[in-house]
Amino acid sequence: MKIALFATCIVDAMYPQTARATVKILERLGHEVIFPSGQACCGQMHINSGYMDEALPVVANHVAAFEAKTYDVAVAPSGSCVASVKHQHPVLAERCGDAALKARAEAVGAKTYELSQLLVDVLGVTNAAEQLGSHFAHKVTYHPSCHGMRSLHLGDRQLDLLKSVGGIEVADLPEADQCCGFGGTFSMKNADVSSAMLEDKAKNIESTGASLCSGGDASCLMHIGGGLSRTKSNTTTLHFAEILASTITEPVSVTGEVFVGKGGK
Amino acid sequence: MSNVFMGMPSLPVFGDGNLHIDEPFPAAAHRELGNTQMRANLRHATHTIRDKRLKVVGELPDWEELRDAGAATKNQVMANLPALLEEFEKNFTARGGIIHWARDADEANRIVSDLIKEQDTDEVVKVKSMATQEIGLNEYLEEQGISAFETDLAELIVQLGHDKPSHILVPAIHKNRTEVRDIFLAEMPNVDPNLTDEPRLLAMAAREHLRRKFLSAKVAVSGANFALADSGTLAVVESEGNGRMCLTLPETLITVMGIEKLLPGKEDLEVFMQLLPRSSTGERMNPYTSLWTGVTEGDGPQNVHLVMLDNGRTAALADKYGRTALNCIRCSACMNVCPVYERTGGHAYGSTYPGPIGAILTPLLTGIKSEENSSLPYASSLCGACYDACPVKINIPEILVHLRGEDVDSKRGENKLPSQMDLMMKGAQWAFSSGKNLGLLEKGLPLGKLAAGRDKKIKRLPGIAAGWTQSRDIPAPPAQSFRDWWKKDHRPAAATTEQEK
Ligand code: SF4
Repeated sequence: MKIALFATCIVDAMYPQTARATVKILERLGHEVIFPSGQACCGQMHINSGYMDEALPVVANHVAAFEAKTYDVAVAPSGSCVASVKHQHPVLAERCGDAALKARAEAVGAKTYELSQLLVDVLGVTNAAEQLGSHFAHKVTYHPSCHGMRSLHLGDRQLDLLKSVGGIEVADLPEADQCCGFGGTFSMKNADVSSAMLEDKAKNIESTGASLCSGGDASCLMHIGGGLSRTKSNTTTLHFAEILASTITEPVSVTGEVFVGKGGK
Repeated sequence: MSNVFMGMPSLPVFGDGNLHIDEPFPAAAHRELGNTQMRANLRHATHTIRDKRLKVVGELPDWEELRDAGAATKNQVMANLPALLEEFEKNFTARGGIIHWARDADEANRIVSDLIKEQDTDEVVKVKSMATQEIGLNEYLEEQGISAFETDLAELIVQLGHDKPSHILVPAIHKNRTEVRDIFLAEMPNVDPNLTDEPRLLAMAAREHLRRKFLSAKVAVSGANFALADSGTLAVVESEGNGRMCLTLPETLITVMGIEKLLPGKEDLEVFMQLLPRSSTGERMNPYTSLWTGVTEGDGPQNVHLVMLDNGRTAALADKYGRTALNCIRCSACMNVCPVYERTGGHAYGSTYPGPIGAILTPLLTGIKSEENSSLPYASSLCGACYDACPVKINIPEILVHLRGEDVDSKRGENKLPSQMDLMMKGAQWAFSSGKNLGLLEKGLPLGKLAAGRDKKIKRLPGIAAGWTQSRDIPAPPAQSFRDWWKKDHRPAAATTEQEK
């Protein structure tokens, strides 16, 4: 299958190892990955902050970038960016009175999958150890990000994949369904409430005794990881794609707050 | 809808009354977050109701279908509102009821006050009602020398404590029972000085206090949960039975109801009487459901009035992306599951309607430019828990985002310097609307390492971004973006035919 990777802006710029892990997993399964070079951002930050006029060119760029190539499906290692592509893009185009863009955005959205969705629903991966050779000998817990859980209805796809990794121990996270408090610019505009939410999330994560909290959205993980780092916690965060990409011979390194896969910089 | 009609005021007419936050939400939230007792009370209460709700909702195999049915009925009502209102008026009037139309809070208050004065009394008993809270009826009546006695236990606690409700269903949710006992001891006439904080004893004290009022009051004021167009019937849904006392004992009954409460007919109650109790109190069936149709000779109130309240509802209805907020049946499920409400409490929202529904309904009723109401749609991390819980499937996160857009647009062209947020969004628009631009920006990112300490973490950012670094670090940016790595170093494992460079 030919798969177009939507890296998402935050992963592209701040967490390149997450996108590299995504590529690694898909190539390990024998698929061809392409990276439409026109891509930038899904526009979610603009839309969720109310800057619709500014969001329009961002959305139009995304649609054009993913129309420009031929591929079977597109994938992103982020629930919220995929939710934006699928749900927000057509609504924004309609609001801005661009019916043609709305139809094009719907077509791109229909072909776009979140990583666990693609792995489980399309590629039939249910056992990461067997099918991907995933191995990760650490105790982890897992935070299901809101948009993956409530907009995309991912259910336990990410968690089940994690549980099927060789050598892993997965601890249940208390109050897992509660938002970490990120919410994009919410974390700046309503920093006090956001911090109060983060504090509870961090406490719950630490209560599990896991050395890592995994999840499927780099932005939420950056938020949670940033909070844990500030309180000098020994626990940190790691995207589930990197755990799936980790094998016995090529383990992902979990030292330092920026995780660097083998061969990384 | 035409803008000018037979000399009527032009649309939209926005609402007023207790619908305003007078300081920006973040400031109000900051203050409320410091109240640790309130936060402990709220956390306990919201988590208890959440669990109860989940349990009873989980019992129904057709819960999702019920939600769909509820949403569809309400959407249909909003689409046919003018015709349904006329049908209701015809039937209500035919059964001896008298309808009054109120454009805003002020008109409604004056109508109710005049009706009370006609009965030669200066006391009324009240059934718990959101509409009368919204218009500030109690305060208005007090100015007119009329005492209004709240008979709902939680409303009574709030009234005796000279406090404001902080929840639409459990107005005293921010108080624990020891605090309730203290309020009763200080404010309730003839109360037993040895009153303890045992819930049963507190309820008995309240009952004794209220009973005297029920028996003496000549006029009752209520709200309504539903109005059935095909018969002119009104319905009140409550838990204590105090509402029913008010609805049946006094000679005169004045109901204040928002125009959006209509349902086509009694069959529709089948759906809503399953949705409402499970969503609000986590009960399978509602304890006291009262329905009345006009006047029945020799039985119940003989003067039956209804004040139909607009107060910004027509304006909300005119908003294509916001109008489903009018579908709300005031169950309070959205606030019970909201992580923001759980921490700030209801007072932070400044309006009669707190929580997620308040964050959309309040600015829809008043217009986005009213006082500090434009700060309300930002009072959400957009986690979506409210949408999942809402029995009539109001997509609250989507409306929040829509109203943020209204806010930003309403400030465009204002003769002022762009805000930090404006500048950030403009800059990001440049970076995010082309892969080339983002690539260029990423090349500069390693410079971010300069801002990071030796532990590779950025701990303090300036301006609005300081909100982030008040409780979180940011990792130093990587040396190479993914885009750059792909271009220079990616060696596909699988055979590729068309590789993008
Ligand atoms: S918005 Fe929905 S969940 Fe919230 S009070 Fe109204 S009906 Fe209930």
